[in-house]
Amino acid sequence: MNPSILIRNLSFAYQDRSVLHGVSLSVEKGEMAGILGPNGSGKTTFIKILSAVLSGQGEVTLNGRSIETYGRGELSRLIAVVPQESRLNFPYTAAEIVLMGRAGHHGPFALEGKKDLEIARASMESTDSLSFSDRYLHELSGGEKQRVLIARALAQEPEILLLDEPSAFLDLKHQLHVFELLRRLNRERGLTIVAALHDLNLAALFFPRLVMLREGKIYRDGPPQDVLTEKTIDEVYGIRVRVERDPSGEKPQLFICPSL
Amino acid sequence: MKVLDRKKMIWVNGALLILLALSVIACALLGPVRLDLARAWQNIFAANPDAEILFRARLPRVLLGVAIGGGMAACGVVLQALLGNPLACPQMLGVSGGASLGGILGLIFFPHWLLPIAGGLLGEISWVPLAAFLGALLSMIFVYRFSLFHGRLHPYHLLLSGVIFNAFIAAVIMFLNSIVDFYQAQGLLFWLMGSLSTRAYLTVAFIWAYIIIGFLWLWAKGLSLNLITVGEEAAMQLGVETAALQRQIFVASSLMIGAMVSVSGMIGFVGLMVPHVMRLIVGGDHRLLLPASFLAGGIFLCWADTLARVLLAPAELPVGIVTAFFGGPFFLYLLYREGGKKPAL
Repeated sequence: MNPSILIRNLSFAYQDRSVLHGVSLSVEKGEMAGILGPNGSGKTTFIKILSAVLSGQGEVTLNGRSIETYGRGELSRLIAVVPQESRLNFPYTAAEIVLMGRAGHHGPFALEGKKDLEIARASMESTDSLSFSDRYLHELSGGEKQRVLIARALAQEPEILLLDEPSAFLDLKHQLHVFELLRRLNRERGLTIVAALHDLNLAALFFPRLVMLREGKIYRDGPPQDVLTEKTIDEVYGIRVRVERDPSGEKPQLFICPSL
Repeated sequence: MKVLDRKKMIWVNGALLILLALSVIACALLGPVRLDLARAWQNIFAANPDAEILFRARLPRVLLGVAIGGGMAACGVVLQALLGNPLACPQMLGVSGGASLGGILGLIFFPHWLLPIAGGLLGEISWVPLAAFLGALLSMIFVYRFSLFHGRLHPYHLLLSGVIFNAFIAAVIMFLNSIVDFYQAQGLLFWLMGSLSTRAYLTVAFIWAYIIIGFLWLWAKGLSLNLITVGEEAAMQLGVETAALQRQIFVASSLMIGAMVSVSGMIGFVGLMVPHVMRLIVGGDHRLLLPASFLAGGIFLCWADTLARVLLAPAELPVGIVTAFFGGPFFLYLLYREGGKKPAL
């Protein structure tokens, strides 16, 4: 069977500033992979290329077909993206935002049907956002907004879920909620999840596979205990840390040692 | 979970459509001369002053007003979505400036030329609107070219190049205005302020054809317009071919604006205000917002023009003065009342 995502020798540059070079990666169906790396290491660009917002040089194959052969409508039924943040100049309610996830499923002119409404409702239920479905998105807190955006992604009924730092603006409790939700979606629905992450400790706790980017190249790729070591953190982020096991004794956790 | 459904679509558009029909009848009957509808109907084809005024003077003007009001409002809606800027309006695209300059050159150089239609069988039309439409087309191509990079229209560039282009054209127009003689200058000023006076059903039909085709084209993009207002990238990821959408919207709305400005001059305020008022009333979903704004724009301009005709009768006010004078305060009131509930626009 073809892997969900297969990338061979991918490079990308904004004008003359090279962001990704020679990245090769394969993600199987139902896998859950976290992309790590310091700011500017190419995480966001990587997510944008996978959702065909940008196109780089090299080969990107989804379910065995080159990404360039997909129309946007078709792609939106295969891959859903949860953005880092969403600024809105126009007033939409949470329910309207979630229903936008159905756009790739019904005709361009039609109104949403019963089935679309049911799927939107179920998506909001599973992200715990149904209770504020009629409120305007801009009135919601950061955590509530993020749950609405994840519900929109689920309403697309995708096979692959991409997230760009999904917990960047959330407090600890809501970060935890988002990660638990992702794990549940991965286990219960077999969703393939690829997420750019910045919190290394949470990544280690929830993601069985981590990919560490450094200056546009894959530096390490493997289970958390192989990727998050004192040596790699020093080499990639340039900071000294101590790595210990979490209380359950399995996952690595970082302790920062400030160089006073 | 409250969302747009068929019932709301029918209810809102139906109510507005009835209101529009009533407005057209009422506005055609209102004017400095009192009309008797019964008498006008009795001898439609005989020499009948009532029928003459109603069908030859008032009705074409009212119908033109509905088309322009609706078209301006619809263009305002889609441009606000396209440019991601709630302050966008049809005057911003550069097309209006090009049309104004074209019309003014026509007024200066061949004010009395007439173009016979079908060998004169269908009457004659002035060259001025044709020159204006040509100006609109040229400026559309110009602005398009300056905003297109790698096959994509950049909203930011579109906005800036349109505004700068219009400012440049305004300077050229002011220059022309100061070198022509006094009577011509008076004529130019009146043309620039915009007016709906027409007696030619041909002109009305020309405008309606543009407006209806353009409007249906845009309405078919209603769902995509929703998506693009949450961000270009998000729209792509939700399945919209954004580059094609942006090009199509620009061309469709430019053609509509060019056609409108070339017959009626620049009637301001409808394209900015009506979309906002309707967004506050019916919500932000473009599948409803677009037809609702079209109908409301038609109703609004229909009444504004009637006021312009009767307020200082037998003299006439430029309709742009009326739209701004009554529309402005109403808009501010609505914004203030709704201010707490919706995002600051």
